[in-house]
Amino acid sequence: MSSEDVLNPKQMPHDPEKATLEGRNKFLAFWFFLGGETVLFASLFGTYLALNGSTQGENTPEHLFGLELVFIMTMLLLTSSLTSVYAMYHMKNHNFQKMQLWLGITVVLGLGFLGMEIYEFYHYIHHYEFTFRSSAFGSAFYTLVGFHGGHVLFGLSWIVTLMIRNQKRGLNLYNAPKFYIASLYWHFIDVVWVFIFTVVYLMGKVG
Amino acid sequence: MSTAVAQKRGLGAMIWDYLTTVDHKKIAHLYLVSGGLFFLIGGLEAMIIRIQLMKPDNNFISAGLYNEMITMHGTTMIFLAAMPLIFALMNAVVPLQIGARDVAFPFLNSLGFWLFLFGGLMLNVSWFTGGAPDAGWTNYAPLSTTSPGHGVDYYVMGLQISGAGTLIGGINFLVTIVNMRAPGMTYMRMPLFTWSVFVTSTLILFAFPALTVGLFLMMFDRMFGSAFFDVGLGGNVIIWEHLFWIFGHPEVYILILPLFGAFSDIFSTFSKKRLFGYSAMVFATVLIGFLGFMVWAHHMFTVGMGPIANSIFAVATMAIAVPTGIKIFNWLFTMWGGQIKMTSAMLWSIAFIPSFTIGGMTGVMLAAAAADYQYHDTYFVVGHFHYVIVGGVVFGLFAALHYWWPKMFGKVLNEKLGKLAFWPFFIGFHLTFFIQHFLGLMGMPRRYWVFMEGQGLDTGNLISTIGAFLMAIGTIIFLTNVIYTSVKEKKVSGDPWDGRSLEWSIPSPPPHYNFVQTPLVRGLDPLWVEKMDGKEGMTPAEPLGDIHMPNASILPFTISLGTFIAGFGFIYQVDDPVWLIAVFAGMGLTLGSMLTRSVKDDLGHHIHKEDLEEDIKKGAGK
Repeated sequence: MSSEDVLNPKQMPHDPEKATLEGRNKFLAFWFFLGGETVLFASLFGTYLALNGSTQGENTPEHLFGLELVFIMTMLLLTSSLTSVYAMYHMKNHNFQKMQLWLGITVVLGLGFLGMEIYEFYHYIHHYEFTFRSSAFGSAFYTLVGFHGGHVLFGLSWIVTLMIRNQKRGLNLYNAPKFYIASLYWHFIDVVWVFIFTVVYLMGKVG
Repeated sequence: MSTAVAQKRGLGAMIWDYLTTVDHKKIAHLYLVSGGLFFLIGGLEAMIIRIQLMKPDNNFISAGLYNEMITMHGTTMIFLAAMPLIFALMNAVVPLQIGARDVAFPFLNSLGFWLFLFGGLMLNVSWFTGGAPDAGWTNYAPLSTTSPGHGVDYYVMGLQISGAGTLIGGINFLVTIVNMRAPGMTYMRMPLFTWSVFVTSTLILFAFPALTVGLFLMMFDRMFGSAFFDVGLGGNVIIWEHLFWIFGHPEVYILILPLFGAFSDIFSTFSKKRLFGYSAMVFATVLIGFLGFMVWAHHMFTVGMGPIANSIFAVATMAIAVPTGIKIFNWLFTMWGGQIKMTSAMLWSIAFIPSFTIGGMTGVMLAAAAADYQYHDTYFVVGHFHYVIVGGVVFGLFAALHYWWPKMFGKVLNEKLGKLAFWPFFIGFHLTFFIQHFLGLMGMPRRYWVFMEGQGLDTGNLISTIGAFLMAIGTIIFLTNVIYTSVKEKKVSGDPWDGRSLEWSIPSPPPHYNFVQTPLVRGLDPLWVEKMDGKEGMTPAEPLGDIHMPNASILPFTISLGTFIAGFGFIYQVDDPVWLIAVFAGMGLTLGSMLTRSVKDDLGHHIHKEDLEEDIKKGAGK
């Protein structure tokens, strides 16, 4: 397949993300990468579990966390994962505009999540004086949740970059794998959040 | 074609070529040169350590400098010498062994190299900016978190940057081996070196993120005032030990497995036999890789994890001796009844077997948790891990370099000098480290700056130092050989050893697209299969056609340079917030380069059929 064909939106096969060797390579490599990311977050979770009792007697998890805000955040992120599935569905049907639309909705939901997380951190710091430096629990909490938040920020920037870059030319075999692995990344972020919601917030409140 | 052109171009063009190259063979050169340089630096540090310990109460260097020496010797040798030299071999050989034209991600391949190099430079800059890291290569907290100055900060940032490069390299080779194999190259036909690289890459993928997190926690504690390892604020120093060894133990298998693979190829080639027990070898490699993740806490027997945890980790550790034993016996049986050719590569390989077995045996001794309370942090441990790392990894690197040197550079390393380098190194190695076991059993602790007179440690330490000098002489002879060979020796054919695997079916050094036509693989040892059928070279699996190749790029260099600049910013913003400018500038360069990579299409280029036909006339087909 010559390079002109790769960029031609009319030559789209089924599963455009895996139609070229480059696409298959990226697909596989990204799954491997997510395997490594799993170890990364597992290490952070392990650290958090080792230190979540080290509160120095103040600002314990029960005292700090409010499940209402975290519940809304969870809903936003879970929904954004669903909307990114819709986007990939339209990609497989070669409907570029609808894919962009659903990716746009994904980004808006992700931004909502990020905004609420920033508010949450602000709230802890200013109303409870609970900071990164106040106790080992504080360090572990902000590091684990902050790493996830950093991933959300990176994922959003990535998706927005792809959307803007390809707005004019539409879908082709060169950018389809890029959209696809960005959506994989987004799902991974979502899965990690499910664990954070359980291990940090639910167990912190109830456990 | 390419060499003649390269010689005519100026030095600047050649430097630019290497800065931007995405060709796995040139990246192998880069890894080889920089890894070799760090190997010499690490060796120099070892010599200084041995001179300091030559006699009791010596005052050759100060106690503080001694701590920096032992830390930098270990860190340099593991991360900056052994790892890149292994990556040099992986890059030079794996795509050729599976019949691929390049790795799956040539751009990332280059990025991995530059990240490693800038990380290594960062670590070594510390010598000139007020002191190197001094908390040991394991960097245990709270020794590391309370170490004054910026030495440990350099350790954290340098390893973080180079570790990212290694992780990228690991993923790249995994995908290369899964997706880029030539038609007919099934998993159970892959040469053992490729197999071991596959398992090693898996270990890299799952081990390095634990180090990444450990280094982040250390960075946050030292530079941003967090309390992970600050017991006063509820922190726990054991977390570092766990994270470090969850990475650190797989790391020793990351180091040794590729060389196990190289030895398998070498034994088979120079015994003129297929490898004995091929499938058992594959099974053993995978099993070692798997068990490698189950044993990290045997480094922590004396921490106080309790008898149950200690027993589990002790038994798991001893279990690794079983697959390793399978490999040792299979190598012996490969040689059994073969037509053995005693080349330098073979000499290093044969010397490896008893040397490594001694290291394995002391490993099982150390695995006995109760006995380990006696050995822990003594010279017995130092003797043990140098037997496996020098007797396994370094011997392996020398063997593999002798074996694949003609493939990489088109010339066979001079055999006489090769053997002349072997003997002082081999004798010196055993002199240096064998006696250390006994020094350890007599109670000499590791990492101590001086030992006292009249403790019965004088003679042993002197012998050890003499051995170190012999090893240095061996290394110097090897370097002389490299220079001598490149000046004096003649070019050889593409197959100087009468080889068995695909890399020997193409010219040396290979054209930059490796295979004019992708070869068809018809069995284990594919080239040997064709030779036995009376054919010259491989049967092609495709007609002659245009070849798609990746484009060169400077972006991997700028991405890595950005992390280097930001690293200094992170270290010095503790003293003066002005340094945050460096953080933002560096990260801006890195992220900006990544953004450029994302938005600029890079579709590669094609080598046309007509040009290939020209090359075939000059001998590229064979």
